[in-house]
Amino acid sequence: MEKILMKGNEALGEAAIRAGCRHFFGYPITPQTELAAYMSKMMPKVGGTYLQAESEIAAVNMVLGAAAAGVRAMTSSSSPGVSLKGEGISYMAGSDLPALIINVQRGGPGLGGIQPSQADYWQATRGGGHGDYHILVLAPSTVQEMVDLVSLAFHLAETYRMPAMLLADGMLGQMMEPVSFDETDKYPPLQKPWAASGHGGKRPHNVINSLYLTPQTLENLVVERYKRYEIAKEKEQRAECFETSDAELVLVAYGASARVARSAVMQARQEGLKVGLVRPITLWPFPEKALKDTLSTAKGYLAVEMSMGQMIDDVKLAIECQRPVELCSRTGGMIPTPDEVLAKIHAMMGGKA
Amino acid sequence: MIKELQTVFAGFGGQGILFAGKVMAYAGMMEGRELSWLPSYGPEMRGGTANCSVCLSEKAIGSPLIVHPDALVVMNRPSLEKFEDSVVPGGVIIVDSTMVDAPVTRKDVEVYSIPASELADKKGLSGLANMILLGALYHVRQFCTKEHLEEGLKKCIPARKAHLAEGNRTALQLGYSLV
Repeated sequence: MEKILMKGNEALGEAAIRAGCRHFFGYPITPQTELAAYMSKMMPKVGGTYLQAESEIAAVNMVLGAAAAGVRAMTSSSSPGVSLKGEGISYMAGSDLPALIINVQRGGPGLGGIQPSQADYWQATRGGGHGDYHILVLAPSTVQEMVDLVSLAFHLAETYRMPAMLLADGMLGQMMEPVSFDETDKYPPLQKPWAASGHGGKRPHNVINSLYLTPQTLENLVVERYKRYEIAKEKEQRAECFETSDAELVLVAYGASARVARSAVMQARQEGLKVGLVRPITLWPFPEKALKDTLSTAKGYLAVEMSMGQMIDDVKLAIECQRPVELCSRTGGMIPTPDEVLAKIHAMMGGKA
Repeated sequence: MIKELQTVFAGFGGQGILFAGKVMAYAGMMEGRELSWLPSYGPEMRGGTANCSVCLSEKAIGSPLIVHPDALVVMNRPSLEKFEDSVVPGGVIIVDSTMVDAPVTRKDVEVYSIPASELADKKGLSGLANMILLGALYHVRQFCTKEHLEEGLKKCIPARKAHLAEGNRTALQLGYSLV
């Protein structure tokens, strides 16, 4: 398949269309606007719906409606806009609806800035809205992976009947890299017997709802949902392990900061330092198994993030605090440099080898 | 041929900074390199400074944000001031001397001052100083074959702007002979 150069944001749009998504509800915000713009240009050409809603809240609720009807639906935004979508995401989780939400993160809190950030980790991996629930969270680190994870996100969302979020950032959204697209959709849409898509008088009607006034009923539903979450945790953890087989220091980083960490690991290896990188591809479920596997050689861990330290909590939980875990981070739209990470590696390993 | 090259293009928004980087990126792709193209984005693009980072390599690109460029192409004075010190020793700085009225003070890098904007105007290639400078960079740092560079340029020009291809190519070729 021929490779083409695409911006991350546009590649996300193209990948969604190729994954059979024909319903996009958006609202512009830097640095994800090119995604909405791409959809506005392409959706009419494939017989799909591009709708610019009056707000992020409206957009996410349109996604809820479309998902309830059983189609592959999505919305995208950046950090402040995703906060607004929190209500709809919670309602979708409470209604067991699959849908895709893309967050091209920027600095926060508040309106924050427009430069790349990873400070929405907690929001994404803890659900983002009210109530007991999780969403699936996937974290690409290249433009090609943005493409590959879109169809996977729809597939997992449908498999587990959960909203899925693709957590990117301004760097990945804005940058161009060569990408290729599969000729055939790896994960065609699943059957949705639960969808409110018209019963034609042939079956009882389906109800999509998240309101349950009887506590016992609601508890039962939430507990059932958590059983599904356990299956997802068991089966869907994904991570890339780079130079970890003998690593005494294991870096943990996802998305854009994983690229920075990888550069630092390569430099450290040239210096003879036994350093590796675990790059979570799924943030929920967090790749606990991949991290536990590194315990046999690791003496310490270093979380590299574009936040004040959020994923680091999950690293500590995954290894059950059996080793020291330190943080190398920038925030507010600042991007750590490989030199900064390398300096931290040197500090943790007691100088150069 | 150079297989690893980290280049920063910088200037005012509207000078074709991002486009020059895109041509280089496409040329790298034609050459079969790993590559990334990362623009500055946001309010700075509107009349202020714009820049982009292009990484070419045989290996997967780590951080696409270039901290220490091997090559710097600058089209305004604020960009020279911002990026001059970041260039690696032994690197190259290419300056549009029509636009930059200050000398490059670094002594440990190759410097090529080319009045690209003035030349472009004289040759009927107004607005194509970016391609002249890219051609000059190519002449001193051959990061791909000439065929791939010109093929890369073609890829960057959409069909509805096909009439601009010839001028861009002429400007690029003019750049080859200036250093």
